[in-house]
This record gives sequence, structure tokens and C-alpha cells, in this order.
Amino acid sequence: MRRRPRRAGWFYAQLAFTVLVAAFLVVPVVMSITAGLTVNFFQGVKSGLTLRWIGEVWRLYRETIVLSLTIALACLAVDLAVGVPAAYVLAKARSRWTRLIEEALVLPIAVPGLATALALILAYGTWREFRTSWVFILVGHVLFTLPFMVRAVLAVLSSIDLRTLEEGAASLGAGFRARFFGVVLPNCRSGILAGALMVVTLSVGEFNMTWMLHTPLTKTLPVGLADSYASMRLEIGSAYTLVFFFMIIPLLIGIQWAGRK
Amino acid sequence: MTGIRLERCGKTFDDGTRAVAPLDLEIAAGETIVFLGPSGCGKTTTLRMIAGLEAPDPGGRVLFDDTDVTLVPIERRNVGMVFQSYALFPNMSVAENVAYGLRVRRVDAEARAVRLEEMLAMMKIGELRHRPVDQLSGGQKQRVALARALAVRPRVLLLDEPLTALDAKLRDVLRIEIDALLRRLGVTTVYVTHDQAEAMALGDRIVVMSHGAVEQVGRPREIYFTPANRFVAEFVGTMNRLRGRARDGHLEVAGGRIPWRSATAGDVEVLFRPERARVVEAGAGGLAGRVLTSFFLGDRTRLVVEGVSDAPLIVEAGAGQQFRVGEPVHVAIDPDALLTLAR
Repeated sequence: MRRRPRRAGWFYAQLAFTVLVAAFLVVPVVMSITAGLTVNFFQGVKSGLTLRWIGEVWRLYRETIVLSLTIALACLAVDLAVGVPAAYVLAKARSRWTRLIEEALVLPIAVPGLATALALILAYGTWREFRTSWVFILVGHVLFTLPFMVRAVLAVLSSIDLRTLEEGAASLGAGFRARFFGVVLPNCRSGILAGALMVVTLSVGEFNMTWMLHTPLTKTLPVGLADSYASMRLEIGSAYTLVFFFMIIPLLIGIQWAGRK
Repeated sequence: MTGIRLERCGKTFDDGTRAVAPLDLEIAAGETIVFLGPSGCGKTTTLRMIAGLEAPDPGGRVLFDDTDVTLVPIERRNVGMVFQSYALFPNMSVAENVAYGLRVRRVDAEARAVRLEEMLAMMKIGELRHRPVDQLSGGQKQRVALARALAVRPRVLLLDEPLTALDAKLRDVLRIEIDALLRRLGVTTVYVTHDQAEAMALGDRIVVMSHGAVEQVGRPREIYFTPANRFVAEFVGTMNRLRGRARDGHLEVAGGRIPWRSATAGDVEVLFRPERARVVEAGAGGLAGRVLTSFFLGDRTRLVVEGVSDAPLIVEAGAGQQFRVGEPVHVAIDPDALLTLAR
């Protein structure tokens, strides 16, 4: 009888701690959301709720939103076209060299984005058409996200008996194309899906490299966000965050859905 | 039906290890041939050369009937193959797996459906047709793999340790089924196994291999009763070894002496199968020994007898007889059963 209250006390202490941590994390989110929806943040919610700031964001930063989506999807397309076959080749030819390549592939993640951006500018900055086009940013994003796609697909390919599956298909008369599209790809779909989600989220949210690579005409969403925090009302910056969420969440759900078919 | 001919087919891997020494072998149309040997003996590599999954070393040729298929890749050899791990496609249902070969051959949907039904019925897996393959038991996977390999009406059927992953009881059931199936279809079959009981039961002929070389090719009875060398004798079935001295028409061993018909004299070593020896009454001419252990196997009793020769002997007795450990026994060996073999 004496031990139970003590256990309950310990339980409430844990609960309180958990709630505190959760609140610490949730409060900024709530603040940011309300900031984006209130008429005047400094007067608080009593000043009234409005969608005006969201409209303002759309008017001022529509291009950055469209560009971010374009770059993210283009980045995904390139990563799928390059990363999946690359993972396949690495999985098939397991040797010391492929290990080395696999390791080298993660370097763009370890190297600060700013350094990658600087290298790109040093090498291609004088090529004006390229430097000023959004493809310049795309290249940076592909460099940064490709390892994630390769790794995700490679992990799945290494867990299935790829060689025997392919031999089985070949014994039944399937040539390389039929094997690759009919057996290999469907069986690494979970890896492709995981990679795709990663690539799109990383590309849409990428700031530090993009900040170096962008021009006034090729601003992406996070760059625009920094811009709005720096130069606009706080409400617009917060509304911008809301827009970001509304954009990224359906996109991620869409990719999940496409992956499951 | 298709016969297979291997001419000087050897295989050396990139790292220089020789998996198979160049071998010649003729497999008749409709025949079931079994490659038997311990793991690493080259039997699977030989099968893979027939399949087209490995190319033989330069100079080697693989012929189907009289067509040289050495350079034809597996997808155009029209073989049916069953893998030890089954290699079923996890992204497809049972029916899709079975029909896969027909689909990649662009067989039209109607003919495909007919053949699919035939295969499902033949392998008794009709009710599994919509199941994903990862929800099948080992035996069911095996049936699907067989149905899938046979659906395309292959010229030759290649089976790589198809029963190894199954438990003993299921293995017996499927072995009998596969045997019946192969006899009925009459398809030329190459079967790889390390299990001598499977080889005996299924093979029209057995190719015993070790260390990349063929030790003996022959019918199951030849392999069992007249093994070509000591490796074959000891790998296939159980062998006893007697070591002693031959002189004056007798072979003298630690436990006594038995008639010796060979002209060889001096120190000799002979082999015999357990079933060629019996436990007899004392004084009936048997060799004396003591029971080391005895196993009751249901239909018979297996005795391990020491003291007859330097190594313990394995001898079989009727199920009705009971033995105590250490009990003296007398073992009579059929003189015709003694084999003198080179190492």
C-alpha cells in the first residue's frame, strides 16, 4: 500500500516532464501559425484573424513557390533517372571499388552546402546563361540529394537476393529490359519511395547552398522566407511558413500514394 | 525432347580458382541426370553452364541436340530452372509468377490463361493463385517454382537443390511427386543435390563429383554396388572398413578371419556396405567384436561394433533383436561384398 503512491508520484513527474518538452516544441509552432493569421501580432489574437497575410505572401512570393516545386520535382526526376540505375549497378557489382564509390557519394552531405555552392560558382559562375538559370540551383540540389536516393535504393537492393531474382527472370526468357522494369524496379519500390520523399523534402527545404546559388530572379521558397523575415512584417514571414506547410504536406502525401499505387 | 552434350566444359573463376575441370558428358533426351557431391564440388557450376548462367572456359562447348548454345544467353536457351531459394518474384502473386515466362514471351492472353490453369492444376496450387508469394510455405513455394519453370515448356528442366530448404518429411513427399512428374513429362532433367537418397531415387544416372572433377557416372545401382573409387563409396551410402593381412586364402583381422578370394597378399584394406554383414551365433564363422552402441530405427536395429578391425563397424540387425552395450557379438560378412578400392 505504501509503494503505490510513490509510483504514482514518479509517473506524474515523468508525465509533467513529457508535457513540458512537448509544449516547448509545440508553442513555437502555434505562435508561428497564429502570427501568420492575426491582424497584428503585437496586439495578439484579439486584434482579429485574417487571411490577408497569406494573400500577401502569394502576391509577393508566388514565383518562389512555383520555382521551389519545379526544382524539387526536376530534382526528383534526375535523381530517379540517375540514382536508381546507379544503385542497381553498385548492388550488382559488389567490390572494394563500389564500397569506395558508395562512401564518396555521401561527401556532398558532409561538405557544407556553402562550400559546394562556392565550388559550383567558381567553376561555372562565368557561364552566364547557366549561372542565371534555375538549372544552376537544380544542379546543386541534385548533388546534395542524390546520395539519399542511391542509399535508400541500395539498402533495399542489398536486402533482396537480386542476383537470383534476375537469374530466375532470365531463365524464363526475360531480357535485360524486361528484368529491370518487371522485376528489379517493382521489388525496390519501397526504397525508391523512401528516397523520393527524402529528395523532395530536402530540395524544397534546402537553404544554405541555395542562398549562395540563387539570383534575384531565381529565389526558392526558403530563400524567399529569409528575405521576408528580414525585410517584411513578421506576420508575412509567419504566413509564409504556413504556405510552406500547405505545399509540402500534400506533395509528400502524393508521393506516398504514387509509391503505393 | 532435347539431349544435352557437354564438351570439355571447365570453369575457372576470375580469381583463378578452378570450379570445374574440363568434363565431357552426354545426357540423353528425356533422361533425368543427377549431379551429386558435397558442397563446393562444382555440381552447381556445371548446372549453371548448362543453363547459360556461366560461360565455360574457352574451348568448352554446350550443345542442345546438335546446336551449339555455348554463346546463347539463358533467356534464349528455353530452359526451365528451379533455384534452391526458389527465386519467386515477391512483387507478383502465385498466378503472375507462374505466367511470367509466358508473358515475357508475349503469348496471347487466352493461351496464357489456358496454360496457367494447366500448371496450377498439375501442381495442385489452384487455390493459392491470388496469394502473394511471401505468404506461402516452403513446400508451396517449391510447387509454384516448378509450375513456373514448366509453364514455358522448356527444352530442359534444371533443378538446383530444389528440396534442400525443406524439412525431412516434406522432402520425402515432394521427392516422390517430382519423380512421378518427371517420369510423366519425360522432359530432359538435370538435378543437382548433395543428398544421396534424392540422387538414388530420382536419377536415371548419377554423376558423382568432388573437387571440380567427375568421380563416376553411372546408374544408381552401379554407383552404390560398384563404386569406382573410395570417394564414391564413402559419399554414397555408408561404408565399413576392414584392415588386415591377407594370406593363404584368408583375410586376418583383429576379430578373426574370413575367406579371401583375391590374389593380393599382405596388408590390405577392404570396404563393405552395412547390409552385407549379419550378426550371427558364436561359432558360425563370424568375426568377434563388442557392441559399442545400438540404435533402434523402427524397422531394424543399427549396431556399431568395435574390436573387429581398427575402426568400428556399422552392422544392421533385425528390429526384434536387442543388444546391450559391451555385449560380445559375431559379425559374418558376405565375401562377395568386399571391395578393394583405390583412394
